Amino acid sequence: MISLDGVHKAFGSKEILRGVDLNVARGESCVIIGGSGTGKSVTLKCVLGLITPDSGTIKVDGEDITATGDRDAFLARFGMLFQGAALFDSLPVWQNVAFRLLRGSLKRPKAEAKEIAIEKLRRVGMGPDVADLFPAELSGGMQKRVGLARAIAADPEIIFFDEPTTGLDPIMAGVINELIREIVTEMGATALTITHDMTSVRAIADKVAMLHRGKIRWHGPVSEMDTAEDPYLHQFITGSSEGPIETLR
Amino acid sequence: MMVLTRPLAALGAVVLSALATIGHVTLFALATFRHIVTPPYYVREYLHALVHVGYLSLPVVGLTAVFTGGALALQIFAGGSRYGAEEVVPQIVALGVVRELGPVMVGLMMAARVTSSIAAEIATMKVTEQIDALVTLSTDPMKYLTAPRVFAGLVTVPLLVAVGDTLGIFGGWFVSMNTLDFNPSTYLKNTVDFLETPDIVSSLVKGAAFGGIATLMGCYFGMNSGRGAQGVGRATKTSVVAAAVLILAANFLLTQAFFAT
Ligand SMILES: Nc1ncnc2c1ncn2[C@@H]1O[C@H](COP(=O)(O)OP(=O)(O)OP(=O)(O)O)[C@@H](O)[C@H]1O
Ligand SMILES: [Mg+2]
Repeated sequence: MISLDGVHKAFGSKEILRGVDLNVARGESCVIIGGSGTGKSVTLKCVLGLITPDSGTIKVDGEDITATGDRDAFLARFGMLFQGAALFDSLPVWQNVAFRLLRGSLKRPKAEAKEIAIEKLRRVGMGPDVADLFPAELSGGMQKRVGLARAIAADPEIIFFDEPTTGLDPIMAGVINELIREIVTEMGATALTITHDMTSVRAIADKVAMLHRGKIRWHGPVSEMDTAEDPYLHQFITGSSEGPIETLR
Repeated sequence: MMVLTRPLAALGAVVLSALATIGHVTLFALATFRHIVTPPYYVREYLHALVHVGYLSLPVVGLTAVFTGGALALQIFAGGSRYGAEEVVPQIVALGVVRELGPVMVGLMMAARVTSSIAAEIATMKVTEQIDALVTLSTDPMKYLTAPRVFAGLVTVPLLVAVGDTLGIFGGWFVSMNTLDFNPSTYLKNTVDFLETPDIVSSLVKGAAFGGIATLMGCYFGMNSGRGAQGVGRATKTSVVAAAVLILAANFLLTQAFFAT
């Protein structure tokens, strides 16, 4: 459903993506792992059209994303959780969550939108009392969960999660992992998740792709991850400082 | 050879980047106007912008206008008395305030108050990925953020200029009446008789132009902010400088267009 083919992106002289090839099938949960600063977030932003790749093609449902006429309709199929939550600090929490439901093609009455927002907040483990707070009044982990609620508010077909469990306590992380799994299995959504958290990878992934030096170094079903031969992958999942991935100390 | 060409190359680079910026700003302005006249309209954002750009600027505009008008009256009296022409104070105050000082003072106050806050707000949104988030939520940031603010500048700043003009004249009147022994009603009558429609029209047109410039600069430099806190700082500073310079330049051109015969 989503396919990247030879995607390159450099910022100035700094080459970040050097030919990323990745396929995610409909209804599949794919997790991207990889070192900090390898371009995982950049990859997601390329698919959403927030960053234009220097070369390569990105297709969604076989259609090139640069060729889609109606960008609104295209983006309406997506939900995105940003790494830094990216909540609108001028709006209260519930209006953040219901943003899409309050304007544009999915607009509905305010009361109904608020109800949906509160329901989505409940799903990420937050009570109705936070609905009227402003993002600046929340902790980092709470903001992250509001961002998650916003991403799933309009029940999108394709969901991108950029580090959904970073900054959460282990129990809450477990709740979020279950939620993501539920969204994929029950709603049939296609999910592309970035995470550093190996527990999370095992809980939510059907398929794992490891990004290293601007390319997909390894990809395969999560069940094969532990037995894979690749030394880079092995070092990454065991979190060892010894191995082919250089660490500066 | 390099020693000779290097300054030229540097100069060329500056000119080229300035031209590129002018081109980008022009395209940005055209896109903004297109968004102002095409739906959807984010009513709440428009109301918010009208209040922030217009209504909340009233105190600072009023205060600067009163003091400037008062100071102007004192200087004109001092200058006029050297030629025995003290009685021209109301006329010159009216002309100076309505044609030049009113719009320019309001314009510069807009650059200080509105341009800076728009640039800092939008740049922060850019840096914290809120602009990207808007896009992914099928909302065009130009339509949601820029169009309401520029519209508010175009509409409310002429009104602020009208208020500034009135209070500037009032400042001159107050000083003339209290310290320069003018007759209050004669002063006002002289002012009203002297001012002509083109004076007032030019004042309001300047207001719209300066309001447009102040808000556009804030939005443009905010949207094009660099990364991090430093990016926000630089965007804010550049936007205020650009707005102030452009407002003064536009003032000169408009004065020439209206009054040069
Ligand atoms: N808009 C941009 N302009 C310039 N450089 C950028 C931009 N966005 C990202 N980069 C650079 O691209 C590189 C990869 O960034 P990215 O955010 O994709 O990393 P990441 O893999 O998500 O890392 P992390 O796990 O730490 O989030 C970084 O070196 C970053 O500095
Ligand atoms: Mg990242």
